[in-house]
Formats: sequence, C-alpha cells, structure tokens
Amino acid sequence: MRPKTETELAEAIAGTRTPLLLRGGGTRTLGHAVGEVLETGGLAGVELYEPGALTLVVRAGTPLAEVERVLAAERQRLAFEPPDLRGLLGREGVSTIGGVLAANASGPRRVQVGAARDAALGVRFVDGAGTVVKNGGRVMKNVTGYDLVKLLAGSRGTLGMLTEVGFKVQALPEAEATLVIEGLDREAGLAALRRALGSPFDVSGAARHSGRSLIRVEGMAGSVAYRLGRLRALLGGEVTVAEGAASAALWREVRDVVPFHGKPGEVWRIATLPTLAAEVVARLEGQALWDWGGGLVWLLAEHGRGAEVAATLAGRGHATLVRGEGGPVFPPEAPEVAALVAGLKAKFDPRGILNRGMMG
Amino acid sequence: MQMPEPDGGVLARKARIVALLRAILPPDAVIDAPEELRAYECDALTAYRCPPLAAVLPRSTAEVSAVLRTCWEEGVPVVPRGSGTSLAGGAMPTADSVILGVARMNAVLETDYENRFIRVQSGRTNLSVSGAVEAEGFFYAPDPSSQLACAIAGNIAMNSGGAHCLKYGVTTNNLLGVTLVQMDGTVVTLGGPWGEPCGIDLLGVVCGSEGQLGVVTEACLRILPKPEGARPVLVGFNSNEVAGACVADVIRAGILPVAIEFMDRPCIRATEAFAKAGYPDCEALLIIEVEGSEAEIGEQLSRIRQIAMAHDPVEFREAADEDQARRIWLGRKSAFGAMGQINDYMCLDGTIPVSSLPHVLKRIGEMSRDFGLDVGNVFHAGDGNMHPLILFDANKPGDLERCEAFGAEILKLCVEVGGCLTGEHGVGIEKRDLMAVQFTGPDMEAQMRVKDVFDPKWLLNPAKVFPLAASAPRRTG
Repeated sequence: MRPKTETELAEAIAGTRTPLLLRGGGTRTLGHAVGEVLETGGLAGVELYEPGALTLVVRAGTPLAEVERVLAAERQRLAFEPPDLRGLLGREGVSTIGGVLAANASGPRRVQVGAARDAALGVRFVDGAGTVVKNGGRVMKNVTGYDLVKLLAGSRGTLGMLTEVGFKVQALPEAEATLVIEGLDREAGLAALRRALGSPFDVSGAARHSGRSLIRVEGMAGSVAYRLGRLRALLGGEVTVAEGAASAALWREVRDVVPFHGKPGEVWRIATLPTLAAEVVARLEGQALWDWGGGLVWLLAEHGRGAEVAATLAGRGHATLVRGEGGPVFPPEAPEVAALVAGLKAKFDPRGILNRGMMG
Repeated sequence: MQMPEPDGGVLARKARIVALLRAILPPDAVIDAPEELRAYECDALTAYRCPPLAAVLPRSTAEVSAVLRTCWEEGVPVVPRGSGTSLAGGAMPTADSVILGVARMNAVLETDYENRFIRVQSGRTNLSVSGAVEAEGFFYAPDPSSQLACAIAGNIAMNSGGAHCLKYGVTTNNLLGVTLVQMDGTVVTLGGPWGEPCGIDLLGVVCGSEGQLGVVTEACLRILPKPEGARPVLVGFNSNEVAGACVADVIRAGILPVAIEFMDRPCIRATEAFAKAGYPDCEALLIIEVEGSEAEIGEQLSRIRQIAMAHDPVEFREAADEDQARRIWLGRKSAFGAMGQINDYMCLDGTIPVSSLPHVLKRIGEMSRDFGLDVGNVFHAGDGNMHPLILFDANKPGDLERCEAFGAEILKLCVEVGGCLTGEHGVGIEKRDLMAVQFTGPDMEAQMRVKDVFDPKWLLNPAKVFPLAASAPRRTG
C-alpha cells in the first residue's frame, strides 16, 4: 500500500486486518518484521521552508535526495549528515526523510551538532489505531507538553508511522578542511581524535579507518585555517590537509561506511565510550571504522559474533547487528526498560500490527 | 488558577503517612511542621501558594525509591522539586501532596574529560556543574538565567534552555543519561555516556515531562571544551521589522552566533532608567555574541557589521574590551530587575517563527492598549523564544486576572502564527488550561498515554501540564 494522503494512510492503518511492515524507501530497515508493506512514498513534498529561520517541514515520504537538493539551492543542509546505507546493506531504493528520522540516522557531524533527533522540531504521525497525532512544531524552542518527537525518532515505525517531519537546518559553511594523520597506531590514532574533540577548536568530524585518523573543521575561511593550524600543532604526526571537495569526499566514505561495501562478514554498529573503542576492536578481531571520536564503532567481523560482542561491551555501550544473519538485531533491554517499552507499544499500537518483531 | 480538590482521605491520614516516611528516612529528612512547610508552598510562580502535606529531602536514589514506593502504596500524590525556581508552577504542591526535594543530592559522581561527560546527583545546581569542570577548560552548555540556583533535576524536568542555546541546544541536546525512579519505586537507567539511544528513546521523552514520569536522581551530562573567547556587539534599529530582517540575514549568512538577544523600546527605556547601560533610545536593539579566538571573533564581527550596516542601524557598537562587553550585556541582564522596579510583572515565554516577529510585536502593542497594561519585550531572537514582561499591580484587585488574560491572548497569538505556548519555562499550572489551543484531543491523549505507562495511578505531579478536565478521568480514576 502506498497512500497519497495522511487521511488515506490513517484509514489504511485503521482498516487493516493484518500486521503491517511500515517503511519509507526500505533503504535502512533493520530487523525481522513481517507484514503487508505500507510505504510513505506517496506523501511527498515540502510543506514549509524558511531559510531565514533555518526551518524545513516536509512530508515523510519525500526522498532524502530531494530534501538535500531543496536545501542546497539555498546554501543550506541537514546538519546531522544522514548516512546512505544502501551500499553497506546491499539495498536499492530511495531513502526518505521520514525513514531518516524513524531510524535516527546520523552521520559524522553528530559529535558537533547532535543526531537527527536533536535537529527534529516536530512530527505528525499515525498511531496503530489509525489516529493522527501532532507533536512539537516548527519552532526551535518548544517545551509545550511531552516530547513525543524524541520518542518517535529512532522508533523505526513501532509506535506510529511518520507522515510529516520538521527539522532545524544549517547554513552551508564557507569552507571545510580535514587533517589526515598517518603513521599512528590504533591507540595513538584514536587518542588523537579524543584530544581534538577535547580542544576548543570546534571539530565537526573525528574518525579513523584504514590506518588514518581524520579530523574535520568547518566554518568561515579564516577560522578554518586558524583551527587547522592549532590542531596540527596540538596533534603532531604525519599530517596532510584535504580541503573543500576532497575533504567532503573523505567524510562521505566515513558516513556511508564505504570501506565495508561488498566485503563479506557481519557488520556491527557499536555505540560505546571513545576510550573503549580500541579495546573493543582488539578483542573482537575485525576490521573497524571509528566515527564520533571512537564513540561509534563500525565492525566487520566473521559471522556469529553476537555473544562475544555483548560480552566485550559488558553494558558499556550497545551494539546493533546491521548486516548479518541469525541472532537478535537489537540488543536486549534491561527488564524494567523493556517493561516501559512494551507498555508504550501497547498504548500506541494496541493491536500489535506496526513493524511487529522489528525491535525485539 | 484552579487546582483539584485535595483528597480528604489523604489529609485525614497525614499522621500515618508522616510516620511511614519517618520510618524509611533519617529524622531530619521529613518535614511536617506547618511553619516549615511554608517554604514549599510555591515556586517562582509566587502568585499561587498552597502548603503541602509534608516535604521530604532524601539523600540517595534508594531513599527516593523508598519514599515513592510508600506514597504509591498509600495513594499519596508526590510533587518533585529541584530548587523551586519554576516560573510555571511546576513545583507547586497541593494540600494532599508530598514534596520530594532533591536539594540534598548534589554530589559530583564522576567526571571524564576524555569521554567528555560528567555524572552528578540531580539536586546539583546548573552553574556548579560548569564549576566542577571549569579548571579543566570545560563547561556545561545550557544556561537558564536562574542557573545560580536552579537544579539539574528541574532543568531536565522542564527541558530548560538559556541564552546560548542557539549554538549549543537545550537540556535535551546535552543530556546523555539518567537514573529515574518511577512512582512505584522501580529504579531505571536510561541512556548512558555514549549518548546514542538504544531502541526507543525513553530518555528523550523523560526530558521535559515536568516531573510527571519519574524522579531523576542522577544525570549524565555532556560537557564541552570552553571556547577561547566571546564578544558581543550591540545594534540599534528604528524599526522592529528591520531588526528582524537583520537577524534573518545573519542566520542565512551561515554565521552562528551563540546568542542573539532582542529588546523593544519599552524594555530598553526601563532598563536604561534602572541600569544605565548607555543603550541608544531606539525601537529595537540586538545583542549578538560570537565566540572563538581573537581572529575568529574579528572575522565574524566584521561580517555581522557588513550585514547590519546594510540595514541602516541607529548604532553599531563593538566591545573593545571586557568592560565594554560587560556594559553591552548589563542592560539585557538587568531587564527583568528593571521591569520589577516599575511594578509586578508576569513573564511569558511563547515561541514564534522569527519571520512573524514584527506582526507579533505590533499585535502585543495593540493588546497592551486594550488591556491597559504595559508590556516590554525581551526575546531570544535567533530561535524565536519571546519573553513579554507584562506589568501589573498585585495589590490592585483584578489586575492579576487582567494580566493573566492578556498573557493568554499573547500565547494564543504565538500558536496562531505557527509557534508554541512555551519555549523554555514549561507548562506547569500556568499554561495548563491553554494546551487545547495548541493540541487536539488526540494529541494530548497521546501524551497522557505515556504517563499512563510510567505512572499508571497518576500520582506524580498530577495536576500539571494537561487541562484539569482532560486529566480528570485518569487522576480520579
């Protein structure tokens, strides 16, 4: 099903007799939900865009590429840098903006500006009974009532189907540049990322893969040059600088986990403490790409490592199996948290029809 | 302001309830003497007062859990309280409620500079969180103007903002994890220092839930390295429209000031009379602050100057040194005090789309004449968060009611132009009955369902946020 309006979508959910598999373009869907496919792709288009107020409200099925095109025309962008996971997951299709928020999909700039959830200003969604709900709005500061925007962000369609999303957007910077540091071992290379993020030089990306540590700064041209110089002095090592488009290309590779594309094995996405990032990978023996200063570890490993991943983290973070077979995709929650989540699902989706089984 | 009738059964059992609380807490942690309870009869919304049944001041998560469990078993409402600085009545008690104050839980539990977080007990004040990490060159970004007094617990409950949130976000964007005690005493850990939510983002909905979902006893907060420096400029204009256009141009240019503050003429005049900051006498005044090294500040300010000059300002004043910077902020920081010198005032905090600013200020001016009450406007212009200060005389019969009616009209106007009732103070009791202006029945129902899950008996801060009629079936159910 691919309804054309929010009303049609609400009717489709209210009237269904079978479980539904909700999705935008299906480019980043995880988990094992089954059901009749219900897509947002028919709900597309910009509702409101005020560049002077950094505000964009779009229908949930609008392609991400279209959103990025509209913003670029006004020299703006989504600050949280949503990844394109098609290459990693071997998917086809068109990523939608609703899917981005439903997965809370955030890229390298999360260390500086926060995640998709942090940029989201408002949502409209249809719950499991077919009721249309609005929460948040279009303004940047809003504490009126509970923040269901956060609840829906990252809920992967298990509490409701997004029909409209509002974001705070960001002006494109005048300049960007990346320090590429080579010749450091894993420990030292990750320590450099932490030192950069602990400096006052407003780093907008801190990642490591293929033996290189990458540190990005963005902003006005003079400021970028100044901060590059200071970071260079602070970090040492064999340093080269990538500027402009060359820098942007480096960060697309990190964002989309390009080094793992087409390689066999299972892929884990691990959120942990930056100081544990080296240890986690050493113990698990896989190929790694570290983002967010080490707080995000993408790990390419042999199949069937779930138990070891959980044992290694031992509660100091969490891991999602984004590519691979067998085993749960999302980590189990503590019993008291699981009880709250089950309670919310029962309230928002009393028939248990929305992406049933997706998140455990 | 209507509050629900206290539960006579609870009032009658006061002695038993106090005895039960004394049995689980140290002697000095339970307050039930009427003269001592007066300290808890209101928060910073002082127009409304009601002493609670009792107040407790636990020192640990375990004690909080024991208190809540006892009150849950006894069917006693609990009103959590940080430092009592809420402007919306968020910590206002009812006669049948127990105030649970977290003020004694103010320890720093862990600081981790390499992973950039601090873990504190929730009664710690906002400013002292920054104080704890300052020596290492870090700070905690959200800076509500009550930051000297307000507690992190209250910041989390209200999702507090501040003058610098244009760049750094509000509490929810800087909160990594909490220890939350549910009304039945269950202790839950949500989030963690790694920041990225796992599964459903319960932490995200707890932040800003006004103490209705649980009592936060510990918080893990993101800390940031302090910028090398900061400097404000002051720009005066002879029209609100032009000032608003200048703000939009600065934002569009990709400059990200940490703060853009706006004051209108009545507010400028009041603060000049009070603080003598040397502001120009003009229609609208902007204070724009930027951060960075000397060179970076210079680069941003020269761009801002270029943009501002295109709008023909009455004055453009750069701070050459610390003292001049302080003087630029002096008037803005004195604004509330200055208005308070003139009369009692009510401060609202509705948010509007920045583009509606001239229209909204014009309408507020017209309403001011209709209601016969003066109003001055201070405004976080970068994010549209208004602060109209309505002057009234609390000793004059009918003035408070007139002021509240005026305030309600302003908030309705905020919603009408696409904004919201409250940008940073919270709903509390103050804006509770206006919720239906912004939300439909199903919108509010969806929010109340969340409380049903966390607090099925609706005992935690029950008479807040939702219109009493809307929450009645649940509260009295």
